[in-house]
Amino acid sequence: MTSPNRPRSFQEIILRLQTYWAGQGCAVLQPYDMEVGAGTFHPATTLRALGGKSWAAAYVQPSRRPTDGRYGDNPNRLQHYYQYQVIIKPSPENLQELYLGSLRAIGLDPMIHDVRFVEDDWESPTLGAWGLGWEVWCDGMEVSQFTYFQQVGGHDCKPVSGELTYGLERLAMYVLGAEHVMDMPFNDPDAAIPLSYGDIFRQTEQEYSRWNFDQADTDTLFQHFKDAEAECARIIAAADTDSAGRRIPMAHPAYDQCIKASHIFNLLDARGVISVTERQAYIGRVRALAKSCADLFLTTDAAGATA
Amino acid sequence: MPDLLIELFSEEIPARMQARAADDLKRLITDGLVEAGLTYASAGAFSTPRRLTLAVEGLTAGSPTTREERKGPRTDAPEKALEGFLRSTGLSRDQLEARDDKKGQVWFATIEKPGRPAAEIVAKVLDGTIRNFPWPKSMRWGTGALRWVRPLHSILCILSDETGATVVPLTVEGITAGDSTRGHRFMAPDAFTVIGFDDYAARLRRARVMLDPAERREAIRSQADNLAFARGWEIVADDGLLSEVAGLVEWPVPLMGVIEDRFLDLPPEVLQTSMKEHQKFFSARNPKTGRIEGFVTVANIETQDDGATILAGNQRVLAARLSDAAFFWENDLREAKSGMEAWAEGLKSVTFHNKLGSQADRIARIAALSREIAPLVGADPDQAEQAAKLAKLDLRSAMVGEFPELQGIMGRYYALAAGEPEAVADAARDHYSPLGPSDTVPTAPVSVAVALADKIDTLTGFWAIDEKPTGSKDPFALRRAALGVIRLVLGNGVRIEVSGLIAAQLIRNAQVAFGPLGALVAREAARGFGAWLDAKGVKSAVFDEVSVHASSRAEVFDAGFDKYEDREFDDACGAANADHLALVLTEACPDLLAFLHDRLKVHLRDQGIRHDIIDAVLAQPGNDDLVQVVNRATALNDMLATEDGKNLTQGLKRASNILSQAEEKDGVEYSFGADVKFAETDEERALFAALDTAEPAIRKAMAAEDFPAAMAAIAGLCAPIDAFFDAVQVNSDNQILRRNRLNLLSRIRDAGRQIADFGRIQD
Repeated sequence: MTSPNRPRSFQEIILRLQTYWAGQGCAVLQPYDMEVGAGTFHPATTLRALGGKSWAAAYVQPSRRPTDGRYGDNPNRLQHYYQYQVIIKPSPENLQELYLGSLRAIGLDPMIHDVRFVEDDWESPTLGAWGLGWEVWCDGMEVSQFTYFQQVGGHDCKPVSGELTYGLERLAMYVLGAEHVMDMPFNDPDAAIPLSYGDIFRQTEQEYSRWNFDQADTDTLFQHFKDAEAECARIIAAADTDSAGRRIPMAHPAYDQCIKASHIFNLLDARGVISVTERQAYIGRVRALAKSCADLFLTTDAAGATA
Repeated sequence: MPDLLIELFSEEIPARMQARAADDLKRLITDGLVEAGLTYASAGAFSTPRRLTLAVEGLTAGSPTTREERKGPRTDAPEKALEGFLRSTGLSRDQLEARDDKKGQVWFATIEKPGRPAAEIVAKVLDGTIRNFPWPKSMRWGTGALRWVRPLHSILCILSDETGATVVPLTVEGITAGDSTRGHRFMAPDAFTVIGFDDYAARLRRARVMLDPAERREAIRSQADNLAFARGWEIVADDGLLSEVAGLVEWPVPLMGVIEDRFLDLPPEVLQTSMKEHQKFFSARNPKTGRIEGFVTVANIETQDDGATILAGNQRVLAARLSDAAFFWENDLREAKSGMEAWAEGLKSVTFHNKLGSQADRIARIAALSREIAPLVGADPDQAEQAAKLAKLDLRSAMVGEFPELQGIMGRYYALAAGEPEAVADAARDHYSPLGPSDTVPTAPVSVAVALADKIDTLTGFWAIDEKPTGSKDPFALRRAALGVIRLVLGNGVRIEVSGLIAAQLIRNAQVAFGPLGALVAREAARGFGAWLDAKGVKSAVFDEVSVHASSRAEVFDAGFDKYEDREFDDACGAANADHLALVLTEACPDLLAFLHDRLKVHLRDQGIRHDIIDAVLAQPGNDDLVQVVNRATALNDMLATEDGKNLTQGLKRASNILSQAEEKDGVEYSFGADVKFAETDEERALFAALDTAEPAIRKAMAAEDFPAAMAAIAGLCAPIDAFFDAVQVNSDNQILRRNRLNLLSRIRDAGRQIADFGRIQD
């Protein structure tokens, strides 16, 4: 791993991925401005995987998994982390080759590493989505998830999207040789003001871990969940046409509420106030929202609908 | 005679699906070819992560021309009938032939199907096979409609003979078959063409692909063994892992690594499980220390640095994994040493089943039953109860949370750390066993007590809430639990009245399963169970005690009930409900016993004992004692295998049939008073004498449970019974003689009944 091609910092890995996928013709999007559990929740993936229109996008998505918080102590686990997401529809014939190219771009040469595609089917019960694919292993470590979407929101994906998800911290720690995520250089270690990942995130990990596990007000959260659910249903039930007679179905605003409900459910889960049986019921409620958002999106231009 | 070569080249096929897919490819193609009229000499299928390959040798060059003659309507039949016949045969009128038949002239058609060349047949069969391939899970990709396990990239399909190879013309959803393939993804990615199987396999090998999974397995096994041997270690054999790993690589390159010293104190099971589940590493054991000290990872590539980068990476990942495991182990040990209170407390909030309470509730029931079973299996009751209380606490440990398959194994370590005796700790490990028909059966008394209690509680719990297995559905693995009870009892020669234990544990489960009415239902059901046990002649001290306890619990409930009578509860309604529920529950006892007997039949059938013989034994009293049932059935099985045994069954059945006909006709039961003084013939007198000898011998042998001796004694009746039936007419006109002979037959019937219900034996 001592090739001159090796990146020197976390952000350099992100920049190289951005450049690489831009070079492959993807629209490089910015993160979605809401709290989500994974890059898949970004409407650029969830909604755009639906319908017949072609699509190619790549973006970093900050992701939150409240139950994974470890107060910044665990070398690998964080409640807030970054995913790099690529989605291309229809999935190109050479998607595996394109993916391997991205590993080369960040300094992982498949001729000296052991890169393997190991069966791993993907399913998101909250999104009513599933696909087949692999986890990609590099020298025995999972570095990406590679999925051919088959269904989203209960709808068959036609054409099929190919989705790549890189767990950025883990991948970067491997490439940079860091033992603890907090020790990883965020910007260039030779910069005038070198910053480590810990300089930026150690305190926030502590603060959010405390809030997620002990402090988040569960009554408020339960209320927020209900509000988001109700608002989502209301938006979907609204007439397609506005007061001026223009047809504007509001799939994205409705889906925002679905994202909200999903994240609030994750917070409640971290607070340990959802029992095993209730858990299934909550997941079902979020799935119902996702499904109706998908239904609505399919009636819009972005889905290629000709209304 | 051409050879056929097919390769379906795709993105990575899940390892677990490869072998089956290769078999399916071979079966579907060869079946299809044969059905279309081709024959072949031999066929072989292979798989790698990226390809399924089929080689068929000695294929016929085409299918033969076939002729089929079909009879049509009479020549004077209406025009419509003839038109229909012509349509169905595809012929014209002048191609038909008129022939004389029994009822006049009839049209005959001769339909000739010309043979087809092999290529045409192969193309059609392969197209159908690809489109309908039985993958466990398949997918679409891009804009296509084709389904395959992962995207299918190319099809190689050639027929080759001495003159060369020809591509079979075939296009499936835009993929056109050709004669080229690719080598290893990284080491030899370029396409190359092939002219036949030998050429294909050789070129693939040069392109760093080992086609045959058996060869890859062998290569991994021998290289891993050699790497271990060089260090004085040995590889822990794991055939499942070997097959999986062979399905993850096209060119296996085993690399050996050393586990850091700081992890060597982890239990070997933890090291092995972590390395296998997360990393798919083989474990290497140092025979001198008995510890797992190294690992073998299998890479898919030869590198310039001889795998140094790959090994370093794997070692890093392993260190991170084992750091987690060591963290869990240390925290768990701390909790174990302090008595595991927190884990016991935690299990109170873990639901076992929403109608059967928490894991803590279940553990309390198992502990009570373990204590009761202990004296029956020679275990110390205190130890059995303690073992049951500890056995499942490891479910709350961090290690079992991470590796559920280590349940029990960790339990043993933690029990030892808590200072428990070996017998208690071993029971924590062994109480889940036996898990299947081939799993070992625990033999240590404390383990046997807890293992039995665990399974009986599972069975009675789900019987109490009427969640029994149906057809192929057995979500709670109750058949396995029943087989576990049977194997524990038989394997250890445990003499227990199983109905008493079932009834007792059903009461305990009912107290939880029926919510607020549980105490009342349990009391009422206990009465029903008691009556049933009495009728069976079963005495069970365990049941009696549990039953008494259930009554007193119900009284306490009644007292509280009265207090609220006027407010929240409707007394009469509650009691009526409880009665009804108890009535239904009472049935669970005989039903569960019958289920155990069914499983016993399956178990014994696998050991070569006929089901009718088991039925004949189960129909007798004492069917509660499974050890005795099996001993009796075995002895009976042996006897019935002899000529005497078969004749005896005939004689007993004949006696029984004559008797029951007479009894039905006369409306009386002939059961007593046969007297030798009314005997007329020597054969009759000889039968009296034989019965006088056999009866006490059978009784004595049965009392001593010497079933072979009992069988020998009853077999002695065979010749006298045969002789009697040959010489004597039972239904004599002389009523005194008739009655005496019927009463004599009843002695035969009784002798048989002491051993089994011979009426159920099939001829």
